[in-house]
Amino acid sequence: MKREPVLRVVGKLLIPYMLMFALYVQFHGDFGPGGGFQAGVIAAASIIFYALIFGLPAARRLVPDVVVETMVALGPLIYLGVGVAGLALGGNFLDYFVLDRDPVAGQHRGIFWVEIGVLVTVSGVMLKIFYMFAGHRRP
Amino acid sequence: MIAEHLPALVVVVPLAAAPLIVLLRSAALGWALAFAASLFAFGASLALAAEVARAGVISYHLGSWPPPWGIEYRIDALSAFLLVLVSAIGAVVAPYAWRSIAAELPREQHYLYHAVFCLCLAGLLGMTATGDAFNVFVFMEIASLAMYVLIALGRDRRALLASFQYLILGTIGATFYVVGVGLLYLVTGTLNIADMAERLAHDGGTRPVLAALAFITVGLSLKLALFPLHLWLPNAYAYAPSAVTAFLAATATKVSVYVLLRFYFTVFGAGLVLETLPVPEILIGLSIAAIVSASLVALWQADLKRMFAYSSVAQIGYITLGIGLATRDGLTAAVVHLFNHGITKGALFLLIGGIALRAGGAGFERLRGLGRAMPLTSLGITLAGLSLIGVPGTAGFISKWTLVLGAIEAGYWWLAALVVLTSLIAVAYVWRFVEAAYLQAPDARTPPAGEAPFSMLAPSWLLVGACFWFGFDTSFTVESARRAAALMLGGAP
Repeated sequence: MKREPVLRVVGKLLIPYMLMFALYVQFHGDFGPGGGFQAGVIAAASIIFYALIFGLPAARRLVPDVVVETMVALGPLIYLGVGVAGLALGGNFLDYFVLDRDPVAGQHRGIFWVEIGVLVTVSGVMLKIFYMFAGHRRP
Repeated sequence: MIAEHLPALVVVVPLAAAPLIVLLRSAALGWALAFAASLFAFGASLALAAEVARAGVISYHLGSWPPPWGIEYRIDALSAFLLVLVSAIGAVVAPYAWRSIAAELPREQHYLYHAVFCLCLAGLLGMTATGDAFNVFVFMEIASLAMYVLIALGRDRRALLASFQYLILGTIGATFYVVGVGLLYLVTGTLNIADMAERLAHDGGTRPVLAALAFITVGLSLKLALFPLHLWLPNAYAYAPSAVTAFLAATATKVSVYVLLRFYFTVFGAGLVLETLPVPEILIGLSIAAIVSASLVALWQADLKRMFAYSSVAQIGYITLGIGLATRDGLTAAVVHLFNHGITKGALFLLIGGIALRAGGAGFERLRGLGRAMPLTSLGITLAGLSLIGVPGTAGFISKWTLVLGAIEAGYWWLAALVVLTSLIAVAYVWRFVEAAYLQAPDARTPPAGEAPFSMLAPSWLLVGACFWFGFDTSFTVESARRAAALMLGGAP
């Protein structure tokens, strides 16, 4: 569909805002509906949208498979890293209270990084699934 | 400082190893990391078991949220025993996997196998360590999803179908479990197992509680392959890669039995489950059916791996029979057999993996004269087979002996006789291997002389040795099981 000018223009217009909206959903998760999972899906959807218009090879150049697989693995590590940080600072595993001098601020900090981990891994997994299905050739 | 966090670390370290292995993208580093993580889990489990024996129940508050609000990890005599079993098998299978996986999987999948193995180990350990009913479900899903992947890696195309069958049945089982937990949550308003037990002591026996009991029983019976819900098991074990079969056969169903015990005795209470409801009668009936039918079916299998898969269904019958006896000795027998059957089946499937490596499969037609081609492997299978039968001097004997004692004490003389009689069927199917390996002449399909590599033989023989060690020294197994049984039935050990 690369030749359709309407799609290309609309896509180019929308994709930056989709990514922006993903970040909004991510960071607004503290105050309203949202959070890492939804944001990850929206971010992955913008790349999938790009792939639908410009083709899978173009999307794979934009976000290579290695990056996707790294994202899948990196997310849980960020999450676990927050847990281990709690341990290192003298609390229990996944203890957010000790992450800042003020326990409430510590809770904010802990959940912030946990949600970053979720964002990374969810968008990675979404793209991985899309790449695998879209790249599947009939034998 | 590390010691007090062991209840969390025993799960977290294998869990963290999995994404690290994916990041490293190297088979050798992945294997080393998986081995290190499983060794750490084994050491941590031993330390936890020692601590539980010394100081009693360990409670660990995740995120420093006190239970029942936060998630609690709770290690007692029963869960510590299971942690030792699961992590020990993990630590034995991990070094074995290096050569076995290299022979059975395409190269680009090696590091992924090690990652998924770590996930599976973390899931099983998590199910055992956690004291939160919903957390059990989460870890059950982690372990099960990892198992579906591991089984599907088998080089036989039928592995895919076996994995899919297990996926459908396993998901139904997990769904039933979570429906049961949901009902309990409605009644008690809590997900913490200890808190749930306390609240149910007041209003147990109401209809939603009974429904929850039914859902959880059926769901977990699917997971632990209680007859007639065992249909996923033979194919899954037969077609999975050798290392996977050994790991799953020795741990997966055992952990499900553990969760069932946890719910029967901690949450619902022995009074409701064993005295008010006909659960013991149902369990005994199904166990007998499992033992007799699966042992007989095992006799007619054309493949060694499949034969021992059916034998696993029968052996699970002995475990649930012990639970059904509803006495302290019966429960002791069930818990002891969890361990003893775990190491025996682990040894058998590891050795069969060696045969699969050298002969390209474990069908009986390839086993003729194997005693001469692979003397150590054949001897190992025969010795572990003795433990499976329950010959005195082996671990299997200890569990059968406690089971027979338990049956007699509960007044079921005929059950004691049945246990002995069905062991004869085990003699028959183990004899099929002995006959093929030692009494038949080798032919063209027998593999050329030569053993499996040392890195596969050593872990297998370690478990064969354990079958005999725990046949003589029962201070760890029987004593731990007795403490666990006393804990479950409430009262002094």
